[in-house]
Amino acid sequence: MTETAEKIRDHFDLFHQPEYADMMDNKRKQFENAVGEAEVARVSDWTKTKEYQEKNFAREALVINPAKACQPLGAVFAAVGFEKTLPFVHGSQGCVAYYRSHFSRHFKEPTSCVSSSMTEDAAVFGGLNNMIDGLANSYALYKPKMIAVSTTCMAEVIGDDLNAFIKNAKEKGSVPQDFDVTYAHTPAFVGSHITGYDNTMKGVVEHFWDGKSGTTPKLERQPNESVNFLGGFDGNTVGNIREVKRIFELMGVDYTIFGDNSDVWDTPADGEFRMYDGGTTLEQAANAIHAKGTISMQEFCTEKTLATIAAHGQEVVALNSPIGITGTDRFLQAVSRITGKAIPEALTKERGRLVDAIGDSSAHIHGKKFAIFGDPDLCYGLAEFILELGGEPTHILATNGNKNWEVKVNELLASSPFGTNCKVYPGKDLWHLRSLLFTEPVDFMIGNTYGKYLERDTGTPLIRMGFPVFDRHHHHRSPIWGYQGTMNVLVKILDKIFDEMDKATNIAGKTDLSFDIIR
Amino acid sequence: MSTAVAESPADIKERNKQLIGEVLEAYPDKSAKRRAKHLNTYEAEKAECSVKSNIKSIPGVMTIRGCAYAGSKGVVWGPIKDMVHISHGPVGCGQYSWGSRRNYYKGNTGIDTFGTMQFTSDFQEKDIVFGGDKKLGKIIDEIQDLFPLNRGISVQSECPIGLIGDDIEAVSKAKTKQYDGKPIIPVRCEGFRGVSQSLGHHIANDVIRDWVFDKAGDKVATFESTPYDVAIIGDYNIGGDAWASRILLEEMGLRVIAQWSGDGTIAELENTPKAKLNILHCYRSMNYITRHMEEKFGIPWVEYNFFGPTKIEASLREIAAKFDDKIKEGAERVIAKYKPRMQAIVDRYRPRLEGKKVMLYVGGLRPRHVIGAYEDLGMEVVGTGYEFGHNDDYQRTTHYVKDGTLIYDDVTGYEFEKFVEKVRPDLVGSGIKEKYIFQKMGVPFRQMHSWDYSGPYHGYDGFAIFARDMDIAINAPIWKLTKAPWS
Repeated sequence: MTETAEKIRDHFDLFHQPEYADMMDNKRKQFENAVGEAEVARVSDWTKTKEYQEKNFAREALVINPAKACQPLGAVFAAVGFEKTLPFVHGSQGCVAYYRSHFSRHFKEPTSCVSSSMTEDAAVFGGLNNMIDGLANSYALYKPKMIAVSTTCMAEVIGDDLNAFIKNAKEKGSVPQDFDVTYAHTPAFVGSHITGYDNTMKGVVEHFWDGKSGTTPKLERQPNESVNFLGGFDGNTVGNIREVKRIFELMGVDYTIFGDNSDVWDTPADGEFRMYDGGTTLEQAANAIHAKGTISMQEFCTEKTLATIAAHGQEVVALNSPIGITGTDRFLQAVSRITGKAIPEALTKERGRLVDAIGDSSAHIHGKKFAIFGDPDLCYGLAEFILELGGEPTHILATNGNKNWEVKVNELLASSPFGTNCKVYPGKDLWHLRSLLFTEPVDFMIGNTYGKYLERDTGTPLIRMGFPVFDRHHHHRSPIWGYQGTMNVLVKILDKIFDEMDKATNIAGKTDLSFDIIR
Repeated sequence: MSTAVAESPADIKERNKQLIGEVLEAYPDKSAKRRAKHLNTYEAEKAECSVKSNIKSIPGVMTIRGCAYAGSKGVVWGPIKDMVHISHGPVGCGQYSWGSRRNYYKGNTGIDTFGTMQFTSDFQEKDIVFGGDKKLGKIIDEIQDLFPLNRGISVQSECPIGLIGDDIEAVSKAKTKQYDGKPIIPVRCEGFRGVSQSLGHHIANDVIRDWVFDKAGDKVATFESTPYDVAIIGDYNIGGDAWASRILLEEMGLRVIAQWSGDGTIAELENTPKAKLNILHCYRSMNYITRHMEEKFGIPWVEYNFFGPTKIEASLREIAAKFDDKIKEGAERVIAKYKPRMQAIVDRYRPRLEGKKVMLYVGGLRPRHVIGAYEDLGMEVVGTGYEFGHNDDYQRTTHYVKDGTLIYDDVTGYEFEKFVEKVRPDLVGSGIKEKYIFQKMGVPFRQMHSWDYSGPYHGYDGFAIFARDMDIAINAPIWKLTKAPWS
């Protein structure tokens, strides 16, 4: 035993002690029927070759380490953005356990969500009874102001009809007739978490604007000067939404954050657990129909929602996770144009400060190659910023990116000489990216926590951005949008670059010729 | 935070009764009746905790439970490191269970081991409409192509597979034949089956029986047997638990020929019927296969508990009792060697933890097994329950709990919060979904599934870390700062 009361080693050190190392070696030699080391090395080297890459890219059926999750996750993300709203996932209960864990691991916050706990009997007879009992229990126990229903693949395969089920449950008295229950069909075998976000938001819009499933008259749009804001599925939602609110307030804009989950995923520790906190009020959700326009920060995350909103007579503006000077300029100009409010001096000054900061630092980034992976809009926003910095995006990969996204990112790349050598990979996964990082290496990689496996295998330093970030704390609290948010992104990129410089120059007497204290 | 006044068991029982009454009032009648059967106070001398278990969760509540897929892929099969496990169906299940259970293993990931990878058939609408068997066949070919050193493949079926009637068994059989007998193993662990992850464990065990043991029959073991060969069953090597257990067994003179399934390999599974004794940590998830091996191969099995020196000592002796004097002496030698070191750990931490009250809610064996470790540190477990325990788990729990302990089966979020609010324990030990709720309430918390990314907690080395971690949780200065001085 190596632990003593004086010195308690974590697993980091413990298992590298000789007795454990020997034990593992013996296990391998005697019982694992393991492959010889030379063979492991041979295959390992082979996976780094162009030949392997070709094989890897020829894959038609197998998906390995995808950078996407399934629709209902996005549904839960969207639902918690409304005042006292309980996400209710109709289907098998294990899914909900997964969504709650997944969000808690990223945000380090509780995530409340219920399931209708369908099992074999529901698979045979349908889940109507689960809906009836489930809504009654949820309503009694968790006292929500609204319940947002979505589905899992199970409920979709057996073809449960949410609209009919909810009506039925209301007739049975599970919840009052006028209680707001929104719904969205979110099969896990269509699209990804961003599709689920979109479908749920669309469901909320339709519920409030189109007469609550035929129970009230449709709303008449009476245009006012306000603007709606849709954030989209976003790992930095807590920081970003607050930043966007600050910007709106600086501009004196009358705004509605449509699906504001910034408070519910950032509640204080003060002795009380708040199951619901903040959120877009239901009144705001309804009144949002009157806005002059809606701005979405993530086009590929809100396609259907924006189409629905546009069909109600509003102007819609679709951005792509604006990061950087140009992206933020575009956002502010859109807000200004729609609302008629001028962009205040305070924001112009922030812009100037960001330009100043980039001017101070871009020499360190200029010409560096980057691989970017994650959700389609985030990839776009990051790529646009890297181009502004004089960096060279080289591989841009979104497992849930489609053809339109590919075209759009290629247009962006074509607009800058720094984008010349970049390729765009819609529908590819992180095992594809692994091959690319071996055959066409880059200097840095920007993406979520799962990128650490690529960092380990290929030695490409990872700058953590997006969703999920499980292995670093509190990133979600910092914005990445707007000039101030961009400043955070800039600092993160620079910190990694400087850390790498230090790592390469920190062996005394060997590599430390340029171990500088001033960079 | 616990009340300073010592309460008598009668007082505690009365309080628990009231508490249970209060939480049930919040439910609609029908659900209150169903939930009432799952909540109780343990009465000393009773052979059972007197709660119903392994029953469907009620819809619309925040059950903490998972599903059969989680039980099979996440627990039993996933940690078999040299196999590729396909999450067969839509992308989500594999994504959410990717690398989150911390089943440590040694190997070259992506080359000869695959434990922290997510292989999925990423079902699309057309796969639902036309079926996914053809695609599965192709996936298996692609795996063979890209990962030639894999030692086998398992197909973990997600919900749609069973619903659309795919024949994954036929595909697996055909592919096993095509690839010269390589184990290609279908597991019908669709998430809608059963009432929790528990059925997934059982299904996974049955599949090992039918698709590993029955087919591996003629394979020759790569080692020569000794009278001291044992297999570790049901230790998932969370943060290295199984290693901290194995090292003790080896030190007492036994030889561990297989580790199920932390740092496990298919070869070890195949070789297990050659063991002289199966030693079982997580009874719930793997008793099925040990019972089968007892019946079919005549291998006895023994449960053990490697949490905390008292239980470790008892378990080492119980295991040794199945062998000759050499091993018995070995056990005594190990116990004697570690005793002073454990005493030093207790001496360091007990004064900081004495009298602290703990409420637990975990899966598998932990709601009972860790109680001894807390008691070694002078702490008291005042409430406990299982996510997916069965009646036999609750029977076993009676050996661990004290008179008046609050028992809650398949507790809902609502009930658990109310219980903690009223009982005000000094520590809650549960999972990630519960962690931040209780911390917001100002109650120290440790994740007792993942060891809060620490560990190991098993074995003597693990106890040192366990003791330190409980001290970190309970005595963190932050809990004194929860309330603002002006509020």
